[in-house]
Amino acid sequence: MQLFKKTKKLELKMDEFLDTVSEAGIIFQEGIKHYLNNKTDRFENQIKKIRQFENRADNLRHAIEQQLYTETLIPESRGDVLALLETTDNVINQAKETLLEFSVEKPQVPQIFHEEVLHLTDHVVHAVDEMTKAIRAFFKDPKAVRNYTHKVYHYESEADRASEHLKRAIFSSEKLTLAEKIHLRYFALHIDTIADRAEDVADRLGIYTIKRSI
Amino acid sequence: MLLLLYLSGGLFLGWSLGANDASNIFGTAVSTRMVKFRTAAIIASLFLILGAVISGAGTSQTLGELGSITMIAGAFMVALSAAFTVLWMTRLGLPVSTSQAIVGSIIGWNLFAGNSIDFYALSRIVSTWIISPILAAVFAWLIYLIVTKLFLVVRIHLFRLDSYTRISLIAVGAFGAYSLGANNIANVVGVFIPVVPFTDIEFAGITFNSAQQLFLLGGIAIAVGIFTYSKRVMLTVGKGLVKLNPQTALIVVLSQALVLFLFSSRGLESWLAAQGLPTIPLVPLSSSQVVIGAVIGIGLAHGGKGIQYRILARIASGWVSTPVIAAIITFFALFVLQNVFNLKVY
Repeated sequence: MQLFKKTKKLELKMDEFLDTVSEAGIIFQEGIKHYLNNKTDRFENQIKKIRQFENRADNLRHAIEQQLYTETLIPESRGDVLALLETTDNVINQAKETLLEFSVEKPQVPQIFHEEVLHLTDHVVHAVDEMTKAIRAFFKDPKAVRNYTHKVYHYESEADRASEHLKRAIFSSEKLTLAEKIHLRYFALHIDTIADRAEDVADRLGIYTIKRSI
Repeated sequence: MLLLLYLSGGLFLGWSLGANDASNIFGTAVSTRMVKFRTAAIIASLFLILGAVISGAGTSQTLGELGSITMIAGAFMVALSAAFTVLWMTRLGLPVSTSQAIVGSIIGWNLFAGNSIDFYALSRIVSTWIISPILAAVFAWLIYLIVTKLFLVVRIHLFRLDSYTRISLIAVGAFGAYSLGANNIANVVGVFIPVVPFTDIEFAGITFNSAQQLFLLGGIAIAVGIFTYSKRVMLTVGKGLVKLNPQTALIVVLSQALVLFLFSSRGLESWLAAQGLPTIPLVPLSSSQVVIGAVIGIGLAHGGKGIQYRILARIASGWVSTPVIAAIITFFALFVLQNVFNLKVY
């Protein structure tokens, strides 16, 4: 029965890891809102939070990896699960890095672009949320993975579209200098990259799910 | 000492059975690192010996019907020739099974001794060889369908599935080892039953007859084969011709165990007879061919893609070629033993 206890612990760790990633998405969204609304204290508080979450996700990932290897659990799909954890970790890393760049570089985002930035962020956070649902399904209900991964793809392409729209609007603005335009362009790109990372996870899940079906 | 020398032919067959056929039960479990080799070897040996001693008599009786060898030197040469056939054909890469080799050797002895061959017993044996892989395919196909339907309803976390699979691989492996011992011990020591001078032994209130003592010896030889050589075979089987994942391996081993059990259980035979139903002949089978049948069953459940029909043709050729080669080798070996060494072989 020791074996069941161990796997139960591992299941809990994996759930906690995914909760952390999913919550980090919400923290990221809140952070962007506070930044645009010039609520500096609250924005910095979100950065502190996302750092803690990223740290927690790292620790959980290491603990899961170590347990999988030391106890030789799921030898057949261990490599897949480890790769999945690492690519998922890239999502939370990208979210943290993006918020951090806002804090360091303090880009000036004109009011007219706020709605589009929030729109882009919304798509990105949805993509991350569907990604965590897809991962949970991979572990418990592989047949349902596709239902979620196709939503990840949907939100990722919506994010691409929103990002392109935002960039076009930035570069057609007559009030901004070229330096400001280029600066803002990078932020549109950084936010959009989070959805790309979520798409990487969905790609892997597609293959691993086929491998899992007996 | 001389007795042990005579028995060595059978014990060698036992060693080779342990070395090769244990991988049919624990090959995937060990090669995928779901079960440690040591655990697999201990469980396989223990249950194989139990199966041999408790339920080995049924298939031995069938072999006895085909030809009851009357002299120990003859039994020695029959077992040794079968072992040599298995070794030689394996080296040539031909499909071979201990069961088919021993049947051929007994026929060779019958021919040499001038006895008539019981064609009824022979046809029962050969038809069982043909039916057993088909039955294994049907079992595997059915179990696979049930399991996949079950997985649609019961959602098991990947990590928990891992624990369930490990425990099931050990439990089903134990059943498989028991059935293999019960079914195949006749190949190893069956021919010696009429000729060994053992007397009944009482141990812990249980009486062990001479056949059971022989089965125990044969079982130990099989266990030695498992511990000394089967790891290599398990790792080759798991990564070679047919690569299975632990869950499909579980279905294959269960189907194999059921088929081997059906064709060795006297209890089931008498129950069927009591119900007025036709009984299942108790015949030593080729566990490797039963496994291939089960793998094909899973292939059919997948829609029949990827099945190599050439393998089926190779199995069918083995049903004929192995007994014929074994019979010829035995005939000439008995001739040498009788005329060169002056030993009575019948």
